[in-house]
Parts: sequence; structure tokens; C-alpha cells
Amino acid sequence: MLGLVKPMPQPTEETPRARNHRASEGHVEIQNVSITFGKGSKQHTAVTETSLDIPPGEFVCILGPSGCGKSTLLNSVAGYVTPTTGSVTIDGEEIKSPGPDRGMVFQQYSLFPWKTVKENVAFGPNILGRGKTVADSTAQTFIEMVGLAKFANRYPAELSGGMQQRVGIARALANYPRVLLMDEPFGALDSQTRLMMQESLLKIWTEFGITVLFVTHDIDEAVFLGDRVLVMSAGPGKIIADIKIDLPRPRSPDIALDDDFMRLKKLCHDKIRAESLKAFEQQNA
Amino acid sequence: MAAQGAIIEMPKSGNLDPSQEARGDGEETTAQGLQPASAESSDHPGNTDQPAETAKSFQLANLLQSEHLVRWSIRIAALAVGVLAWHWATTANLNFYINFENVPEPLKVWNAFVAQISGTEFYIHILVSMQRIIIGYAFAVAIGIGLGLIMGRSKLANDILMPYIEILRPIPAVAWIPLAILMWPTEEASIIYITFLGALFPIILNTMHGVEQTPEVLIRAARSLGARQTQIFRHVVLPAALPSIATGLAVGMGVSWFSLLAGEIISGQYGIGYFTWNAYSLINYPDIVVGMLCIGLLGTGSTYAVRLATRPFLKWQEKAR
Ligand SMILES: Nc1ncnc2c1ncn2[C@@H]1O[C@H](COP(=O)(O)OP(=O)(O)O)[C@@H](O)[C@H]1O
Ligand SMILES: [Mg+2]
Repeated sequence: MLGLVKPMPQPTEETPRARNHRASEGHVEIQNVSITFGKGSKQHTAVTETSLDIPPGEFVCILGPSGCGKSTLLNSVAGYVTPTTGSVTIDGEEIKSPGPDRGMVFQQYSLFPWKTVKENVAFGPNILGRGKTVADSTAQTFIEMVGLAKFANRYPAELSGGMQQRVGIARALANYPRVLLMDEPFGALDSQTRLMMQESLLKIWTEFGITVLFVTHDIDEAVFLGDRVLVMSAGPGKIIADIKIDLPRPRSPDIALDDDFMRLKKLCHDKIRAESLKAFEQQNA
Repeated sequence: MAAQGAIIEMPKSGNLDPSQEARGDGEETTAQGLQPASAESSDHPGNTDQPAETAKSFQLANLLQSEHLVRWSIRIAALAVGVLAWHWATTANLNFYINFENVPEPLKVWNAFVAQISGTEFYIHILVSMQRIIIGYAFAVAIGIGLGLIMGRSKLANDILMPYIEILRPIPAVAWIPLAILMWPTEEASIIYITFLGALFPIILNTMHGVEQTPEVLIRAARSLGARQTQIFRHVVLPAALPSIATGLAVGMGVSWFSLLAGEIISGQYGIGYFTWNAYSLINYPDIVVGMLCIGLLGTGSTYAVRLATRPFLKWQEKAR
């Protein structure tokens, strides 16, 4: 698990334990971003006037009901969507298109079904011209990290949903990105599997010290994972609360029974509820 | 093999379905019960997910084999019944709207067949036909896949070419014959041209659909991993289209036999289609049936050969089942 092969002089020369504010890369800044789709009468604003500052190594959850613009906001960091106004930068560089410096994990299974687990994970390094040897050993390292060494030569369709998502995480990390972007990655999994995946994601993050933007509509998930939970509301999408999650780490699932956890959960819940009520009243006005 | 109406068979798209947004059911659709659902609930999935069902799968293999046997017996029996019915209809000189009086009996056909395969000319007919198929089909594969890929990727190319395809596609091979003879310098070239046309459209359309069906999320994933347009095309679009291309190739092979025969019946001095029609002119009725059955076998055989040839590229898809 340890001793990651680092073929690029990327993050730090320290061990992968280097974490949180010791990490020097992955500073995400979102400034006055608005995103509007369509033209004329079909115009629809999905995100409005949003600003964010995410320090390197932070684990940030974006929480909100479906349709409120979470994916759109995340996609602007990924580079799939260009903001209508405002700017998104990482370490000061403006984002113009998708790139290997930002790893992406999707909700839908997005592995290449014609490639084996190993070929999927090696895809990034191969594409970036790292050479086959480096790509293979990098892939091996990350497959081991997500606990799927035995499945390296299987095709995605032979794996369960949770395993596929772990391969997805390994594949995203194999490019040593500065930021990991996750769009409801565990949304399609059953609750047992989801809990397991949350725990192992935290372990990986601890090892890696990478900035994570994690989109979810599940309050428990957001509070369990994040250093910070950004609550988003719809119509048009904006961040209505920025809640610091000061729960100790490492966290285990038992933490869900702690009073602090409950308190934070309720806080998120109240924020969302107040917004939903407002929206509901507006609709009926 | 169905005619051009059945061209667009959807590929069996394993877990290519991009619409698996729905929570909960994505798990089932993709994992397809290959792994026990509880496998995930352990901290060390590597140890528990192993399919530890060797004994069961052994029994299953036996069962499958015997089921295989039963099904093949049924198929052969069905054929035998058909031959018997044919024998009965011809010996009884059945003339009930359809007239069997001039239809040769199975035994006479068999004898004619044996006589043909002991000679050399029959083989020349077959070889000439196969050569035409190979040339016409090869052009159709190259041009069909090429155009299909371009049309699937570019709206402009699609808009330019689609009207031609829509107009030309329904024209049957027979209708092409007069013009083909006028257009091409040799009779041989016109027959090959007709063969080529038959295979072309199924291949173009299936390739195009395969390309269009590439799940958007896979293209996005490739882009975020650093792939450029050409790399996306090679590593994502092309493999995603392969199942559909393979279907197009198999259907195209069937249709090219179809068209070849039309061409050979009207013109030429060799070829299995010519052989069949010539037997009619010579009032050699058993040879008609020999020719027909030979065409059937060659058509089926070559379609099967195409399926075999494309199978290695679709290995990943078999695993999905
Ligand atoms: N490409 C697009 N074109 C038009 N509308 C879009 C597009 N993407 C998202 N939207 C709209 O923006 C809103 C927010 O969508 P999304 O960001 O996917 O929400 P969430 O991820 O929170 O469920 C929705 O109303 C959705 O219909
Ligand atoms: Mg979403």
C-alpha cells in the first residue's frame, strides 16, 4: 500500500502521508461564477454568483438536493462547462478544458468496458506518454491501493458496482492529479457498500493529501467525509451555507452516533429544509 | 440473413448504457449477478469476491453440455422432418396450388450433388463466386467502415451523405443490373460492384450507429485523463462502436451474397448463381436445388466466418454476460 511509485516529480518528495495544509498544490478558487445554459426563452441559470476558496488538501463536500446545480458547479472545475461569468482557477491557472491535473470520478460507471482493470488504470499514464513500464507499475500501485490486485486482469463487467467505482478512483489518481472531483460517486451503490467505500476513500485521501471536491445529496455522507460541507440550494443554484466539520480524524463509521456528528447533521438538515420551504412557498405564491 | 430491412441490429450493449443514472438499479444492471452482492461488505474485498463456486460451475458445465446436445438434436431432427416432407411432397406429386410435380426429389438432388462434387467445373463456379464476394466485400468493409465512422462523428458529413444513402439503400441489387452493365467496363466489374453495394449499406449504417452510441461519460472520462481527439477516437469511440460494426459486417456479408446471385443470374458465365439459373435453362432440375443449397451454405458459412473473425475484438463483451 505504501511506497507509491511516483514517476513524475509531482506533489512532494515526502511520503504520501503528506496531507492537508502541508500539500502545496490543489488550491481551487471559484470567483463569481455564474453558469447559464441555453439561449433566449429557454435560458436557464444553473449556478449563480458563486465564490469559493478551497485550500490545498481539503476535503470539501457539496451537498444539495438533486437539480440544484452541484454537477454543473463541479463540471466547471473539471472543465466540461465554461462559466458564463467569473473564473475558476487551480493554483492560479485558469481552467479552460478538462485535463489530467484534475481526476474525475462519475456516478455512472465510466470505466472503459473493453479494457481490463489494469488497462483502465494505466490509460491516463499511457495517454500522457509516460511509457508502458511506468504506466503499468503506476497502475499496479493504484490497483493495490484500492484493494483489487486480484482483479487486475478482469473486465469491468465482471466486477460489482463498488469495485468498479474503486477502479474509477484508482484510474483518476493514476495521473497524480492536483484535485480529485467526485460527482455522487457512491450514489448508485447500496448503503452497505457505500459505507465501505466512504471509509476507504478517507484512507486513500489520508495517504494522498489531495484536494477533494465531493458532490452528494446525502447529509450523512457529506458530514462523515468532509472537512467542510457546502450546502447548495436550487433556483438558481448557489451556496447557502459553509459548514466546518471539526470532527476528529481518522473517522470511523461509529462517529455517526456522536453528539457532534448529530449536531452538524442537524445543522445541514435545517439549512436545506429552510431553503426547500422557501422554494416551496415561492412556487405556491 | 434478413435483407436490408433488418440492418440496424442494436449491439448487445453490456454496460454501455449511459442512462444508468438511476440510483440502486445501476448496481444490478452492471454487475449482472456475477458477484455476490454481499461481497462488498467485507473490509478486504480482494479476499471475498473470489467466485468460490468451482463445484457448482462444473455441474453447470455438464448441464450446459447436455442442453447443447438436446438443442442440436432438435435442430437436426427438424431438418430431417423437412427433408422427409419434401420427399413426400415430391413422390406424391403434390399439386395443391403449389406444384411439386417438377420439383426434384431429395435423393435425386443428392445424386446430382455427388456428381457435381466429383467433377471440377462445380468448384470453378464456387471459386468464381467467392472471389467476387471477397473483392466486393473487401471494398465495402473499407469504404463502409470509413464512411460510417466519419458520418457518426461529423454532422456535416452525415448531412451530406445521408440523403444518398436514404435514396440508394432501398434499391434492390436486381434493379442495379442494367445500369451497372452500362457503367462498368467489364461484366465482372459490374457484378462485383453490385456485390459491393449490397454489403456497403448495412456496414455504413451500423458503424455510424455504433459511433453515435458511444456513451458520453466515457468520452468525458477520457478527456479528463488527458486524451486528445485522435486518442479518444482510437481508444473510446472505435471500441465502443465495434459490437455494432461487427453486426454490420455479418449482415453485410449476407446481403452481399444476396446481391451477387442477382448479378450472376443476369450475366456471366461462371458463378454459383449462373450455375443455378443455367440448370433451369438446361431443364436440369436437380442441379437447381444443388445450386440453391450451395448458395445457402456458402452464405451461412461466410457470415459465420465473419462472426468468428470479429469475436476476438469483442471478448470484453462476452464477459458481461
Ligand atoms: N448541459 C445542460 N444544458 C441545459 N441544462 C442543464 C445542463 N446541465 C444541467 N442543466 C440544468 O441545470 C440544473 C442543474 O443541474 P445539475 O448541475 O446536474 O444538478 P445536480 O447535479 O445538483 O442534480 C438542472 O435544472 C439541469 O436541468
Ligand atoms: Mg448531478
